[in-house]
Amino acid sequence: MKITLSNITAYKKWLNKENKPLSLAAKDLAAHAAEINKDVRSFIAIDPDVITNRALSLEKQTKRGSLWGVPVALKDNICIKGGLTTCGSRILEGFRPPYNATVATKLQAAGALLMGRANMDEFAFGSSCETSCYGPTRNPRDLSRIPGGSSGGSCAAVAAAQVVAALGSDTGGSVRQPASLCGVVGLKPTYGRVSRFGLVAFASSLDQIGPVTTNVEDCARMLEVISGHDAKDSTSVDINVPEYTASLERDIKDVTIGIPKEYFTCGISKDVSRRVQEAIKALKGLGAKIVDVSLPHTKYAVSCYYIIAPAEASSNLARYEGVHYGRRSAHAEDLIEMYIASRNEGFGAEAKRRILLGTYALSSGYYDAYYLKAQKVRTKIADDFRAVFTACDCILTPTSPTTAFKIGERIDDPLKMYLSDIFTIPANLAGLPAISVPCGEDKSGLPVGLQFMAGPFKEEMLIRVAHAYERSR
Amino acid sequence: MNANNINNNPISTDVVKYVAELSRLSLDEKDTITFQHQLARILEYIAQLNEVDTDSTPPTTHVLPTMKDVFREDVPGGSLSQKEALDAAPDSVRGFFRVPRVI
Repeated sequence: MKITLSNITAYKKWLNKENKPLSLAAKDLAAHAAEINKDVRSFIAIDPDVITNRALSLEKQTKRGSLWGVPVALKDNICIKGGLTTCGSRILEGFRPPYNATVATKLQAAGALLMGRANMDEFAFGSSCETSCYGPTRNPRDLSRIPGGSSGGSCAAVAAAQVVAALGSDTGGSVRQPASLCGVVGLKPTYGRVSRFGLVAFASSLDQIGPVTTNVEDCARMLEVISGHDAKDSTSVDINVPEYTASLERDIKDVTIGIPKEYFTCGISKDVSRRVQEAIKALKGLGAKIVDVSLPHTKYAVSCYYIIAPAEASSNLARYEGVHYGRRSAHAEDLIEMYIASRNEGFGAEAKRRILLGTYALSSGYYDAYYLKAQKVRTKIADDFRAVFTACDCILTPTSPTTAFKIGERIDDPLKMYLSDIFTIPANLAGLPAISVPCGEDKSGLPVGLQFMAGPFKEEMLIRVAHAYERSR
Repeated sequence: MNANNINNNPISTDVVKYVAELSRLSLDEKDTITFQHQLARILEYIAQLNEVDTDSTPPTTHVLPTMKDVFREDVPGGSLSQKEALDAAPDSVRGFFRVPRVI
């Protein structure tokens, strides 16, 4: 059995050639994904019966959408009605949401075959996929290494060709950083571009759902399907969704790309720097104008983020108390004891750390010094971007300062782990769209990622530039 | 502490315990010390925000300046049934969430 999962077009050609009902092909797809999963562990579970049943209902669709039959993985924090959704956390053990996330409904309406839950850092708290209560996912390029996080399962599943595409969520780089480390394409849309209804909340002023694919064309296709206003998410913006695939064929001769010097200072590995410099040369060769720009508050982004994100997370996670859904401790005499025991048993160390940090930053006497200060610095960071986008159309940076590190290497050093996201966090703080595309490998053959950022709702610019670059390689 | 400046004194184990209590978590001695060390290091790093002059900078209240409060007509629509709303609960009885004794 040879299955082609290299991209949407190639997969569809394979499916056509197979000339059999999708429900039968689905059995092969499930078996194929399960086989690879023994090593990579990108999926928390693969249930062939559920997949076959979903394929059977897709067979009944009279109008075949742009993703008809395409196998897609969803991060374990995206709700599917009646299916398990646990955020990689013990506290949501056994939780079956009574509704669909809007993105899940949209994908199914477009014909996507949902293959199951991709592993993730617990509640998306992490950059390595190691904090999942199900254990770590491994990088398909080197099984001793992390796939990045928190959408490590989504990116590893695409990189390992278990699925053609996936959805992740990106709060501080959780789609782009693992995409970079696994050698695939990952996009974080503008805040408000994609509905978060049915996405389990981590930090509500930062979270966005984004696609993971093997190439930029598929990224555009996925984005077209999941974007758009949704009355169920009051932060989703009511503006037209462009035909993103139409930007693919445009050249970049009239595009100005800014290179912010703050992203090329210490902490970035030699190989990453070399690959990114080569990419800059390639883009120049394609006719783009390259200019130096400055984002002076970049160095404060991680500090700013690690106040705002944990503060919002501690508030969002207050709802897990063993009453309405999820896990309840059996070791409690009264209500308060039950809350405490359920949370103690249900949350892992990183979740507890962020709850403590966030509660501290919001607590009486510390609020002004931490939370308010961080929101002011956040304004400064966003102002930097606004100023720079008067001089250029997009910004180019590395996605991650290093390539994939070893499993276990940073797990005992939270601050070092947090600094893994230094280049991806600013786009979340400013609400901007950003994409990571592969740009070669380091000495050990591990993928390096290139990041483009653009102004609000300029995803077309990202797709155009990233596609032109991808094609030139 | 000065309310407008990030504290440069390291977080104490007592504060860690107090914050845990506010968060409805309870930590044993070993965890308290581990978290105290880790949080102290993180907060020490975060103190760099003091370098930024924000005296005339407003805090971010909306992620993008174009965003505003959203209103809709108050029209009743569909919702979850009582059974659906209770299905995921660890314990329920006669249409209610059941919890251990409160007092």
